Amino acid sequence: MKRLLVLLLAGSSALMAAGAIEGAVEKQPLNVSAIIMFLVFVGATLGITYWAAKRTKTAKDFYTAGGGITGFQNGMAIAGDYMSAASFLGISGLVYLKGYDGLIYSIGFLVGWPLILFLVAERLRNLGKYTFADVASFRLKQTPIRTLAAFGSIATVTLYLIAQMVGSGKLIQILFGLPYEVAVILVGVLMILYVTFGGMLATTWVQIIKAGLLLSGATFMAIAVMAHFGFSFEALFAKAVEVHPGGESIMSPGGLVSDPVSAISLGIALMFGTAGLPHILMRFFTVSDAKEARKSVFFATGFIGYFYILTFIIGFGAIVMVATNPHYLDVAGQIIGGNNMAAIHLSHAVGGNFFLGFISAVAFATILAVVSGLTLAGASAISHDLYANVFRRGQVDEMQEMRISKMATVAMGIVAIGLGIAFEKQNIAFMVGLAFAIAASANFPVLFLSMFWKKLTTRGAVIGGSLGLATAVLLVILGPIVWVQILGNAEAVFPYKYPALFSVTVAFVGIWFFSVTDKSADGEAEREAFEAQNIRSQTGIGAEGAVSH
Amino acid sequence: MTQEMIEHIRNNPKYRQLVKTRSTFAWRLSLVMLVIYFAFILTIAFDPSLLGTPLGKSSVMTVGIPVGVAIIFIAFILTGLYVRRANGEFDALSRDVKAELERELAKEVK
Repeated sequence: MKRLLVLLLAGSSALMAAGAIEGAVEKQPLNVSAIIMFLVFVGATLGITYWAAKRTKTAKDFYTAGGGITGFQNGMAIAGDYMSAASFLGISGLVYLKGYDGLIYSIGFLVGWPLILFLVAERLRNLGKYTFADVASFRLKQTPIRTLAAFGSIATVTLYLIAQMVGSGKLIQILFGLPYEVAVILVGVLMILYVTFGGMLATTWVQIIKAGLLLSGATFMAIAVMAHFGFSFEALFAKAVEVHPGGESIMSPGGLVSDPVSAISLGIALMFGTAGLPHILMRFFTVSDAKEARKSVFFATGFIGYFYILTFIIGFGAIVMVATNPHYLDVAGQIIGGNNMAAIHLSHAVGGNFFLGFISAVAFATILAVVSGLTLAGASAISHDLYANVFRRGQVDEMQEMRISKMATVAMGIVAIGLGIAFEKQNIAFMVGLAFAIAASANFPVLFLSMFWKKLTTRGAVIGGSLGLATAVLLVILGPIVWVQILGNAEAVFPYKYPALFSVTVAFVGIWFFSVTDKSADGEAEREAFEAQNIRSQTGIGAEGAVSH
Repeated sequence: MTQEMIEHIRNNPKYRQLVKTRSTFAWRLSLVMLVIYFAFILTIAFDPSLLGTPLGKSSVMTVGIPVGVAIIFIAFILTGLYVRRANGEFDALSRDVKAELERELAKEVK
């Protein structure tokens, strides 16, 4: 039996839900209806890119779509960033395999959003321009802080991109019957086109359209499942318990999170990690003001929560309607393509070949939209933070900066294609987990304290942030996934899969210690500057506005 | 922002009120979300069978399912509460602060 091994299989980490598909996959016969629908999507999005390209004239247009995205649109785009193909297929696959445990992960991914709204969103909007490094370096020294923030951003984005590229290659191979390399190159080239020509405006609209398609498709599937059971959850669950090999155990927590340290550590990684992901944070600069930034999170939380409820129904639907139908099973009685294909098979079960084609095309579109956002975030860190503000010390004209960001986009795209192909047969299970750990331990503490803590100084932020980054990387390497599963050692040096509890603590303590012991005159001036920053973050006086077109 | 503007805003009672009420509200809501989430995840770590208790005698549905779905709804409702108050009451205060600042600065120029 050839299996599509998915990161979310038993024992794997929740963080991987946003990740990818790994292991050997079998190439499928060419799926014509899926390809036609996908071509329609590509045609439409290229049309949008052409439209967006004409409106993308300045650096502000390129990085933030001119700041003219509405709260509702941005909420859709943020939800779209979060609803990656791997989280759609991964979480429904986890529900299919384990039942209730799938819901635990969904909840973990969601609860970070209210906190982002209450504590981060409007301050970010009021202080920032293009990247979250703008905010972190607002009253601190530009060069060291931006270098650290850009490094954290590029590391997070690259790890995420590799996971998405490898996952996309395998998914497309299985859905469309295209060879792996062709799939990866196709994704890379399309994403370069969207981002280079259409900038943030095209990236946002591709994401909005995809989010709409995915939500509609998933809604249809969930309704079809519920209709099958006369809209009775009790009937659905009763049948699932009856046919699932796990029986009643699928209705309760199944031990994927077993000890309190792992539980808290996972919670911290999910919450703080989300608030430190550069491709999510940059979306707060695309709206006109703090009011729209808040609305974005409200809509995003609603869409994401709704989506997770749908995936839960879809997973249970698949237990009943896919696992009992020999058409979707191989000779050994396992689901064809592995557990993460549960939602794909269910789409065929409820809507035939046409709907299977639709869902496959949406899954491909999802990958494209997510990698485009990641690439733009990485390119912004290179051009705006490293080139314009560190290398040229801010002495750069907009056109030049935009040229660099387009070059950076092409370079990121080529690197992503290269790494996607290089990592095809590698175990990439640790990558999204590491991306979240770095986001939570390096990006988030510096960003958060720069907005909330008057006594933060450059010295504290740089040393503490670097310590957090180093601890996160080190503990992931010494942990069970890399040290045991990849490097083949017998026992992990660091016993927990999620390092966040430790690495985030190191970062906060490090930042605190090296800030309060900073007696330099520069440090004192940075503390003095907090008041002005705080007034702007509270009231929006002096904040970046939108440009009208 | 000049030092003078900073002093004006800092001493503005409406600004103080804005900062105080908004941060109290935001931290309270954050605390509610954190307590609910960590109570949930620690229940799973310490006593998973609690969430696996069937809702009724003949029922397959367990306590964990409505609890889980309720947390998703609570997260959404909390964001709604914050957005409503922030976009209404807090933004109105913020506008007043800006208007008063402009008036004061204009007065000094004369």
